[in-house]
Amino acid sequence: MASISVQSNDFDISEEIAALKKDNNDVGAIVTFTGTVRDIGGTLRTMTLEHYPGMTEKELARIASVAEERWPLLGCRVIHRYGTLKPGENIVLVITLSAHREAAFKAAEFLMDFLKSNAPFWKKEQTNEDNRWVASKQSDASALDRWKK
Amino acid sequence: MIIKYFSWIREGVGTAEESLAKPGSVTTVSDLLDHLSGVSEQHSVALKERVFIKVAVNHVHVRHDTVIGDGDEIAIFPPVTGG
Repeated sequence: MASISVQSNDFDISEEIAALKKDNNDVGAIVTFTGTVRDIGGTLRTMTLEHYPGMTEKELARIASVAEERWPLLGCRVIHRYGTLKPGENIVLVITLSAHREAAFKAAEFLMDFLKSNAPFWKKEQTNEDNRWVASKQSDASALDRWKK
Repeated sequence: MIIKYFSWIREGVGTAEESLAKPGSVTTVSDLLDHLSGVSEQHSVALKERVFIKVAVNHVHVRHDTVIGDGDEIAIFPPVTGG
């Protein structure tokens, strides 16, 4: 069972890895992905993430359970933040553990692809000029095609 | 039914949540969007571009042809942009 958190506070990657791995020496591969707030040309002041409490946790758990069915994972952790974040701050963390690297790499990528297209989060950027909702990218939707069996 | 709005659709409609007794004319998500579009000018504008309107029923993503019931929680939002 994957461990899912939707929270406003930051996370510590080392602590999260240690908590997930514990003393499980069957683990031979640990993959982490961290998404951070990117400033484009020094104009971004803050980014606010809205989400759908109640659905967000369920949707992340659903995506993780599909990954766990598809690859032999020994651990899986997803943390996604909401609220107002500054450039450089952490947004999302995915950690996957497996015996060999292929499962951990593929599952982490799969999780991020489906999270981007399905987890109910919306970003709004506060720049020096205005406030604007971030538009979804067709490339994110297209990324799902490669996981079709 | 409870209707929830998110992101720029929430801002456009002017409310995050409203409750509604299911009108007789409403069978599917698409019917509901048609009904809500008639509620106010703000609703009409916010819900106009159907290709940008995503819907979840009871926390599960659904298509616009999905049949809905009076006890459902219907969330209406633009394409998601997390991660």
